[in-house]
Amino acid sequence: MAERLTDIGPPKYDKFLPPIIKENYGKWLYHEVLKPGVMVHVSETGDKLFTVRVGSPRLVSTEKIRNYADLAEKYCDGYLRFTSRHNVEFLLTREENIDPLIADVKGLGHMVGGIGNSISSIVHTQGWIHCHSAATDASGVVKAVMDDLHEYFETMKLPGKLRIALACCLNMCGAVHCSDIAILGIHRRPPRIDHTKVKKMCEIPSVSASCPTAAIRPATVDGHPSVEVIEDRCMFCANCYTVCPAMPMNDPLNDGISIWVGGKVSNARHEPMFSKLAIPFIPNNPPRWPETTDAIKKIVELWAANANKYERMGEWIERIGWPKFFRMTGIKFQKEHIDDFKYAGLTFKRSTHLTY
Amino acid sequence: MADQIPNTPKLDELEKGPWPSFVKEIKMAAKNSPMARDLLGVLELSYNEKIGHWKHGGIVGVMGYGGGVIGRYSDMPEEFPGISHFHTIRINQPSGWFYTADALRTLCDIWDKHGSGLTNMHGSTGDIVFLGCRTDALEPVFEDLTKAGFDLGGSGSDVRTPSCCCGPARCEWACYDTLALTYDLTMHYQDELHRPAFPYKFKFKMSGCPNDCVASIARADMSIIGTWRDDIQMNQDEVKKYADNGLNIQRDVAGNCPGKCMDWDGNELKIENEYCVRCMHCINVMPKALRPGKDRGACVLLGSKAPIVEGALLSSVLIPFWKPEPPYEDLKDLVETMHDLWCEEGKARERIGEFIQRVGMGNFLEEIGLEPLPEMVAHPRENPYVFYEEYYEEDDGDEGEE
Ligand code: HEM
Ligand code: HEM
Ligand code: SF4
Ligand code: SF4
Ligand code: SF4
Ligand code: SF4
Repeated sequence: MAERLTDIGPPKYDKFLPPIIKENYGKWLYHEVLKPGVMVHVSETGDKLFTVRVGSPRLVSTEKIRNYADLAEKYCDGYLRFTSRHNVEFLLTREENIDPLIADVKGLGHMVGGIGNSISSIVHTQGWIHCHSAATDASGVVKAVMDDLHEYFETMKLPGKLRIALACCLNMCGAVHCSDIAILGIHRRPPRIDHTKVKKMCEIPSVSASCPTAAIRPATVDGHPSVEVIEDRCMFCANCYTVCPAMPMNDPLNDGISIWVGGKVSNARHEPMFSKLAIPFIPNNPPRWPETTDAIKKIVELWAANANKYERMGEWIERIGWPKFFRMTGIKFQKEHIDDFKYAGLTFKRSTHLTY
Repeated sequence: MADQIPNTPKLDELEKGPWPSFVKEIKMAAKNSPMARDLLGVLELSYNEKIGHWKHGGIVGVMGYGGGVIGRYSDMPEEFPGISHFHTIRINQPSGWFYTADALRTLCDIWDKHGSGLTNMHGSTGDIVFLGCRTDALEPVFEDLTKAGFDLGGSGSDVRTPSCCCGPARCEWACYDTLALTYDLTMHYQDELHRPAFPYKFKFKMSGCPNDCVASIARADMSIIGTWRDDIQMNQDEVKKYADNGLNIQRDVAGNCPGKCMDWDGNELKIENEYCVRCMHCINVMPKALRPGKDRGACVLLGSKAPIVEGALLSSVLIPFWKPEPPYEDLKDLVETMHDLWCEEGKARERIGEFIQRVGMGNFLEEIGLEPLPEMVAHPRENPYVFYEEYYEEDDGDEGEE
């Protein structure tokens, strides 16, 4: 075989940096948000770099990427970058190009925003488009939620930053557990075991070992070496299904969405926090998931109306207390809200600091 | 294979509304790609049935690599032959996700030639994701990619594709060079990236400051987050300008300071830097007036993960302050020690954070040769069940013996 290149690694980043960045690398002095979605970084050298941030559905066609490339060439000498939340950022040196670029971006059906006290694009996973363990879709839910909240992308009228993330199962590839609002697909029934296939497709000791609650035991069923599940112990994590395709979890009646609130990763003000359960279950209702979008919009607007300036959702809830959060949102507090996994007691209220 | 774009009344609903639509993206690709047409077909079915139609991956990949490709097969290959195989290819992105238009077009050309025309820019791991590749096209895609200077990223139980914020390239707050460290680690760990040999995945994420724009503290086994040790740099004239422009410095800046170390008398801002916890809030609010100090470096944290298997963890402090200096041998030596220990003692699918929970942080530190420090804990233990490992008998230890 001809020479085969391997382990070359990614292109070195400086290959793709615009000259203004190479010249001012590490010399940036400050930045200002000029208007929604547009900021300028000013260097010690006096150079100015403008950024226009454009929202994206993350799932993009090559045709759209070529559109991005064309715009970068037309307005930015061919330079652009993406963000950790899958937005596109056009990097401009000529201020007069900002408005024409924005006009062209809108012509493509995309929005400019997501900087400052706003919502950014929703980080999400693959859902029914591409993953075997999805309890809900990802792109569709995200599209419906963003249609509802887009004004908070295009403006900076929220009290603080709003970070929403979606993961379509408890694997949380999208790692949602530290978001202001986390949309998490959940299963609610134990795996259905295809006893004729377990031996063929799965390694039984690994399957038993995969269960965090030791709910799975080897068993012979109808003459087949297989496994059984102690259903009381199952918390529907789908870990077994990942190890053993003969134990599918997906189920149209029992799969759906849970909503978690009040997490953050940034260290600004409050330390990073996990998101906490707000709504245990909402049925999947494609194509537009109205119950989910309504619930999210309600929580966002309540926070927006009541939080102090710069207060992230979790900081606001911590200040007012969870009982008040449930009273204000009208969300019913129920058994599922009380933790019953490891060290659950650490989450019980252990003081009389209460509001009435 | 669908030779025309199928009817998708449910999905069409998601072409409506102001936010850009992924359905439009699939339809754009479907003009040229039978795979994208079949994807529309199966997705419409999922929208009707409220259930997915993908099977487990199995092992697929390119020759010599164990990672970088995630196998994906349809459970309805007869109805949707175009997506009977629909594997994900993860391509290692340039640090900070900077591109030229030409580089993007090169990637598009390769993908239009071999695949579905659909991508994630980017996957949440940070990689460029080519979505939907047939098994027989994997090698040709790989060959074209490497010719163009791109390589695969990680998947499986290996070092996952390291990623970072834009750092000093476009952020005045970067306390170290996130792009340089990310590139260096990516190149250093090529073998570990492409040939899974760990108990489970291992992620590095580099953020330039405590704002942590890549969510490193929540998503990386090793989270390297920039910070500084000396005083916040201050420009009193600019502080005053913020006040003159209507910022309520006492309430909105000092009032939110977790260190409770700021004082604004209406004229001058004072910071007792000794008590500043370097949270970034005041700097975020007044970027023209305040900057991180000059003695910059990073805090190295360890162990975050999503719930699977034992529950979610955030990374916790391992090295309170580290000066990242190429070639970063000190960090690499430490990582190697940790990897050796975890590979030796870790269970299958046990992330390093879970491993530490199981064996105890104290024992872990002893094994990797780090001293325990008060910065590593929120507070000392509350429970009195201490596992002392040695005890003495009456006759032991006349001083200096043994
Ligand atoms: C505390 C809360 C968390 C927040 C706010 C959060 C937020 C985010 C964000 C913004 C992204 C996309 C960033 C990017 O693409 O660069 C992301 C991706 C991801 N998160 Fe999280 N996340 C949190 C916790 C976690 C945890 C605890 C895990 C798991 C272990 C996790 C796993 C992931 C994964 C796997 C991805 C995509 C993976 C990757 O980029 O490597 N996340 N998360
Ligand atoms: C049993 C455990 C897990 C299994 C079986 C699993 C499986 C998968 C699969 C099949 C994909 C590819 C989806 C696709 O592109 O079709 C994926 C993606 C991903 N996984 Fe996991 N995963 C597991 C746990 C985790 C955990 C714990 C994390 C993070 C902490 C994680 C992070 C990610 C990320 C970041 C992606 C990329 C998602 C994207 O780009 O949209 N996974 N995982
Ligand atoms: S979160 Fe679950 S369903 Fe979604 S992509 Fe990850 S493993 Fe698949
Ligand atoms: S879904 Fe999780 S808890 Fe239930 S049997 Fe499977 S591994 Fe155990
Ligand atoms: S993490 Fe800090 S240095 Fe990096 S981009 Fe975000 S604010 Fe800038
Ligand atoms: S960085 Fe945070 S802790 Fe330090 S002075 Fe500013 S607000 Fe206070």
